[in-house]
Amino acid sequence: MSRAQRLVIDRIACTGHGLCAELFPEHLALDEWGYPIQAPGPIPAGTTRHARRAVAACPALALKLAPAAAAQHPQNPQNRSDPANAVRKYR
Amino acid sequence: MTTDTYTAGRRGYGRHPGPPRPPEGPYGERLFAGWMTTGRPADLAEHLARYGAPPSFAARGKHVLIEAVARAGLTGRGGAAFPTATKLRAVARAKRPERVVVANGMESEPAASKDKALLRLAPHLVLDGIALAAEAVGAAEAYLCVAEKRMLRDLRELIAERRAHGIDSVEVQVCTPPHHYVSSEASALVNWIGGGEARPTTTPPRTAERGVAGLPTLVDNVETLAHLALIARYGPDWFRSRGTAESPGTTLVTLSGATPGPGVYEVAYGTPLREVVSLGGAAHDVQAVLVGGYFGTWLPAGQAAALEYSGRGLAAVGATPGAGVLAALPSTSCGLAETARVLEYLASQSARQCGPCRFGLPAAAEDFAQLAFGHCDRGTRERLEHRVALLAGRGACKHPDGASRLAASALHTFAHEVRRHLAAGPCPAALQAPPLLPAPTAAIGDGDWR
Repeated sequence: MSRAQRLVIDRIACTGHGLCAELFPEHLALDEWGYPIQAPGPIPAGTTRHARRAVAACPALALKLAPAAAAQHPQNPQNRSDPANAVRKYR
Repeated sequence: MTTDTYTAGRRGYGRHPGPPRPPEGPYGERLFAGWMTTGRPADLAEHLARYGAPPSFAARGKHVLIEAVARAGLTGRGGAAFPTATKLRAVARAKRPERVVVANGMESEPAASKDKALLRLAPHLVLDGIALAAEAVGAAEAYLCVAEKRMLRDLRELIAERRAHGIDSVEVQVCTPPHHYVSSEASALVNWIGGGEARPTTTPPRTAERGVAGLPTLVDNVETLAHLALIARYGPDWFRSRGTAESPGTTLVTLSGATPGPGVYEVAYGTPLREVVSLGGAAHDVQAVLVGGYFGTWLPAGQAAALEYSGRGLAAVGATPGAGVLAALPSTSCGLAETARVLEYLASQSARQCGPCRFGLPAAAEDFAQLAFGHCDRGTRERLEHRVALLAGRGACKHPDGASRLAASALHTFAHEVRRHLAAGPCPAALQAPPLLPAPTAAIGDGDWR
């Protein structure tokens, strides 16, 4: 049994080809411009094959899988705004 | 740009009772203590007479200062309020022996002038902080980044004078990276100093792991370093004698908008926001307050006034002190128009690296402008909300998150205005009131990041 995994998107490398959402629709959708919108949290159980397929197919090499725990970095000291205050608070 | 802080602050004086003040300018008890006493920037002799030379921690071990900063509870004053000791420790414990300190005095927030005021009035506190931080993390290389070329010569002279007096063991290089909104982000700064472009890079790795030229790098705001210089002298208990248990110490605030005394004020965390705003004199007819800066939050005036100015006090309503900006919006202005102009500015400031920031942010800004200045239908408004929500968490840096937060808070706080604009088009204030928040319009070319 493998541990929970998280899909990490390199937003600078990503150029919006959109293959990932086609190959891994359980976790990814595309915005109006073809850039991925990621569901929160780790990838759903049982979708590792689809996730790997998306990672391998990305022409920009912008995707990777990481252990879910390790991907939850302590708050980045360089972040200029506090991510604890998400937009959702206003919804 | 904003009105000059030093002359603008003058108008606030004499209008209300309080402690005796110098004839003009910013006000504060710690970082601005010298200014409050003499009314002029502190030169080296005056600085040394007031504070003494920065203490050396060589004999006590460099961790002593880091532990003092930890006990003081100092947090970053650049916007993120990250615990300073955590960053110091990360760099001090890095495997690579060569380390770098970068003092961030860029102050890219157009509505902020606190860092510029501090660098002008108490530059030696900042330089002390750089030297002390460099000693604490074991850095032999230090940079002070400022926005304005005209500050270079003065600062270099001060540094040379300190070297001549044997005060600093580290040589501080003053530099002026490109002055765009996202260029003062830590990864952008270290990238530029290392010879690259002043654009944010993907994190992790954080600068504490890989910064200037790949070396472990401490990037701290200049105000943070000035506080550190005082903690080094007077200790954590002294630092905690002002502020709250969760947000100790004082902090610099740039007050602007509907106030008789715009300018920079040093306040203790925990001061009621109403009192902070009234430091500039009796503000009246305020409908809302922008708290934090252009990554910040619009709050209705009544709600804002009742809050405690601190991380915890503002968190209750989803806001943060951010970069210390407080802008009071008069009832004669339109909050939607102000936000639309700021969003257009933020969109123009994108490093154009990540899709959501490159396409989503300008699109959201256009929808917002339509709402503020044009005739907006329900569909456009729903698309705007959707686009705003989709900005958060989808960039290499937090630029889109900040813009998203600002836009969402405007839609919430000015909900009544939104309905009016939807029903009847732009209000007279949107079309006629002069812009309150500065939004420089210079476009950034591809070559402007070097």
